[in-house]
Amino acid sequence: MTPDEIRQEILDILEDIAPDEDLSQLEDEVPFREQLELDSMDFLDIVMELRKRHRIQIPEEDYGELASMASTVRYLEPRMKDVQRAG
Amino acid sequence: MNAIREQLPDDQRIVLTGIGLTAPNANSLAEFREALLEGRSGVTDYEIRYVGKTLAGICDFDERKYQSRKDRRRGTRAGSVGIYCANEAIRDAGLDWESIDKSTVGIYLGITEHGNVETENEVYELKGYDYDTSFWSHHHNPRTVANNPAGEVALNLGVIGPHYTIGAACAAGNAGLIQGSQMLRLGECDLALAGGVSEAIHTFGIFASFKSQGALATHEDPTKASRPFDVDRNGIVVAEGGCVYVMERLSDARRRGAKIYGELVGYAMNTDATDFVLPNPERQAECMEQALARAGLAAEEIDIVSTHATGTTSGDIQECAAVRRVFGDSKKTWINNTKSYIGHAMGAAGALELAGNLPAFQDGICHPTINLDRLDPECQLRGLVANEPREIGPVRYILNNSFGMLGINSAVIIGAL
Repeated sequence: MTPDEIRQEILDILEDIAPDEDLSQLEDEVPFREQLELDSMDFLDIVMELRKRHRIQIPEEDYGELASMASTVRYLEPRMKDVQRAG
Repeated sequence: MNAIREQLPDDQRIVLTGIGLTAPNANSLAEFREALLEGRSGVTDYEIRYVGKTLAGICDFDERKYQSRKDRRRGTRAGSVGIYCANEAIRDAGLDWESIDKSTVGIYLGITEHGNVETENEVYELKGYDYDTSFWSHHHNPRTVANNPAGEVALNLGVIGPHYTIGAACAAGNAGLIQGSQMLRLGECDLALAGGVSEAIHTFGIFASFKSQGALATHEDPTKASRPFDVDRNGIVVAEGGCVYVMERLSDARRRGAKIYGELVGYAMNTDATDFVLPNPERQAECMEQALARAGLAAEEIDIVSTHATGTTSGDIQECAAVRRVFGDSKKTWINNTKSYIGHAMGAAGALELAGNLPAFQDGICHPTINLDRLDPECQLRGLVANEPREIGPVRYILNNSFGMLGINSAVIIGAL
């Protein structure tokens, strides 16, 4: 996946996890928690969805890398470069 | 006899001041009453994993009316049912919710079971991952803890008083009401949200288990499948649903000029201790008698008995034997059954069936048990109201039966005010 595709994939996951939120104004450099109502269970949902959809295993010590869209894409880029985006 | 309630101070008398419900044929008390008087069933065709085509009582209340999509996603169907019913009950009670001290509110919801739905779903999902438990959801525990439905209501309403569920098989709806009244009398809360909820139709296990037991109803016309007391009955129709009451001390209700549906004037719970599944009519009769004694009422003072009967061959006969023992000589007591319309709403059954009868205090009508084409001679009951509503005149007392597996029995008596 390209960084753009990874970003879109994360947006798809966020749409499921935070269905009441407007994601169209999401700022990539600003932490998710400052823009969306996400708690620790929601972040675990992001981790679980990446595991279920792409078999990406994110160790607990790396959870901090998922703070914002930009940091998430940066973190996932080398790990998802060989993953094909579905559909 | 002198009703005990006349000797109690108003702060020891417990009244029902709000009702919120969802049933397979209604999403409010007014709709429910109308369906019961018109003989409208809520049972439809249904299909569930592994079991395949069957029948069920399915609710169609608007989950989004009081709950965000995110909370619905994180929670359970039982939680959602509870949230809808509790909010509707508060609205119906005319409470100014914002001004209420939420530490004085208690939530007591009866459940038949909880957690089966989520566990079945997770195991099913896990199969797709070759049973690798790293794919098991972190939501499993908060969804399956036994207090979940009551806890979700507390989260939704910001209630910080006590909340818990009462696990009481199919006697749970009554048990919720009984718990609510006890806590109000003890001063543990000033307002109780009490009743019962069920998400049972979303677990294949309940259907499969009744089927294996030979107790799952079948009929080519779903609306005719739930037929207590009929000689052609062949089992239970599983239903979901919920009914939550706002309960208050009479003194508080009068102070705020609340509308009062009725007063909980007596109750009893006891145990068969004889079988896992088969009911014991002797204990059931003793339960009703104890409720009458505690209310200070004679059997003939009860105007309506709302039976628990589920449409199983032996269960219906046993309850009829118990009702005959207590009410056999009572010429002015009428008897009905509400599962004939909606199926068996499990943890919600007792609370829902009582609610369906409460408007009789105003309209003097006893709704019938429907689908009674040929009465089983062993279910012969004096005063059984069948197929057509009956005008019975002024109604002062209603006794509501609710029984469950492991021999748990309950009877609640509500009086008009």
